[in-house]
Amino acid sequence: MLSTDEIRRIDHEIALVPVRKAASIEALKIVQHHRGWISDESLQAIAAHLGMSAEELDSVATFYNLIFRKPVGRNIILLCDSISCYVMGYEQIYAHLQALLHIKFGETTPDDRFTLLPNPCLGSCDHAPVLMINQDTYRNLTNEKLQEILKEYK
Amino acid sequence: MERPLTQHINFNRSSLNLKDYRSVGGYQAVEKALTTMAPQDITKMVQEADLKGRGGAGFSTGTKWSFVPMNTVGQTKYLIANADEMEPGTFKDRMLLEGNPHQLIEGMIVAAYAIQANISYVFLRWAYKKAAWLIKHAIDEAYAAGYLGKNILGSGYDLEMHLHTGIGRYMCGEETALLNALEGKRATPRTKPPFPQVSGLFGKPTIVNNVETLCNIPHIVNHGADWFKDLSPGSDAGTKIYGISGRVNKPGLWELPMGTTIRELLEEHAGGMKKGVSFRAVLPGGASTDFLVEEHLDVKMDYKSISAAGSRLGTGTMIVLDDQTCPVGFIHNLEHFFAQESCGWCTPCREGLPWTEKILLSIENGEGRMEDLELLEMHTKHLGPGNTFCALAPGAMEPLQSGLKYFRADFEKHIKEKKCPWR
Repeated sequence: MLSTDEIRRIDHEIALVPVRKAASIEALKIVQHHRGWISDESLQAIAAHLGMSAEELDSVATFYNLIFRKPVGRNIILLCDSISCYVMGYEQIYAHLQALLHIKFGETTPDDRFTLLPNPCLGSCDHAPVLMINQDTYRNLTNEKLQEILKEYK
Repeated sequence: MERPLTQHINFNRSSLNLKDYRSVGGYQAVEKALTTMAPQDITKMVQEADLKGRGGAGFSTGTKWSFVPMNTVGQTKYLIANADEMEPGTFKDRMLLEGNPHQLIEGMIVAAYAIQANISYVFLRWAYKKAAWLIKHAIDEAYAAGYLGKNILGSGYDLEMHLHTGIGRYMCGEETALLNALEGKRATPRTKPPFPQVSGLFGKPTIVNNVETLCNIPHIVNHGADWFKDLSPGSDAGTKIYGISGRVNKPGLWELPMGTTIRELLEEHAGGMKKGVSFRAVLPGGASTDFLVEEHLDVKMDYKSISAAGSRLGTGTMIVLDDQTCPVGFIHNLEHFFAQESCGWCTPCREGLPWTEKILLSIENGEGRMEDLELLEMHTKHLGPGNTFCALAPGAMEPLQSGLKYFRADFEKHIKEKKCPWR
């Protein structure tokens, strides 16, 4: 079941496009924003509202890197693993993150505080290595900075 | 030296709002275009200015616009700014988006008027959170000031503008895949023809232009085609936003005349290599361009010169490979990215890229065989131009084929010594 607020927001997006289905990505974003991830139940509810099959919507949901089809933690760490960050040592940052949080890429801490994911180029290559946590971008990372940064996220 | 695109960008103060932008001549091009110029005259002017697409392909912008059917009163057409910057090592559009969002909006209004589109989109990379906020705010300001909406400046021309933020996939940068993403589908590329200029978003005529390309439009309209051509002493017109990342002293972005040499960028603007490391090679225009080496340092960074040297200008943002970084690991990192981002639509790309990635990883880990080098060579042919549905796999093969040429000895050393000499 979609909430009244979710339906209101999705209908706003539907009004902007010539066919209902074209709002599918926006609808996934809206529901994920409310619920953190897209469960099978959420997927079915959105698909029904847009007049498409759950399978078709799932083919869209699983295509994009940032629609989560599994539960994630309260905070999402996206560590850039692309070329400029490779040259500037993202692997060392990754090793340090693993030591601090005891999780690898694709995993969530047992207390649901962090999910750690690799991410392609974040477009701050002149300040590599770079990561994002939720909405925030951190540049010129060092192991020392990392510890301080993580403290900000509960 | 004139720097039209970045002259008002200063990151020590906040981004230009509508009032700031107007105080430095902003929206004069919209006024001039909408009230004194016919749409076709703008297209002709952009064509004469020889502005080429700054997103990577380098196609003539005015020519692209000229393919849009005109004299089509009442037909829906679209103009889209491709702000889905995701080529690894590329960060130039971010500066334009965050530094001066109204410049992009003004360029979009003029471009949309030239093709008589009434709906426009900014297709923005999700990771650019600050840019998203600024663009949203700037669009609202432009509506309030009457630069967007119905009957703009009393010209009778209407234009709506929307911000769409993506959810992460490199393929969205390819213009037909971007259209599928905007239609709420998987971002796989479409067959061409029909070209988007004739049948694009929701089957309607559509122009997709890169951010930097669109930001040039107001300046061309204000100052003319000859002025634009004179900005560069070389064979390609205008300025270019060049960038460098890697182990240099001052990585960053600089707007310079088209055709500035790699050496000038590297030594004067980026301050040379960091202490203790030396230069080995550069990817001149992002991850999907061929390596250039020491002998190419005096090559001019313009479309023709870089092609003659065996690479592509691409996005003009370079990534430097230094002697402390393993070239095999470097290329593996690139192919990992391309294999992951392949949309899976066509077989050579879907199957071939993961194969090259695995071979490169085994070589990097000291488990490679000499015949693997032939396998890699084979892939550079099989995944090359003409064998795949879009340009992703051929682009992925560019650093691999030139890497095999310039770093052959390093590949062989990994295989003979059964380890990475850099680890």
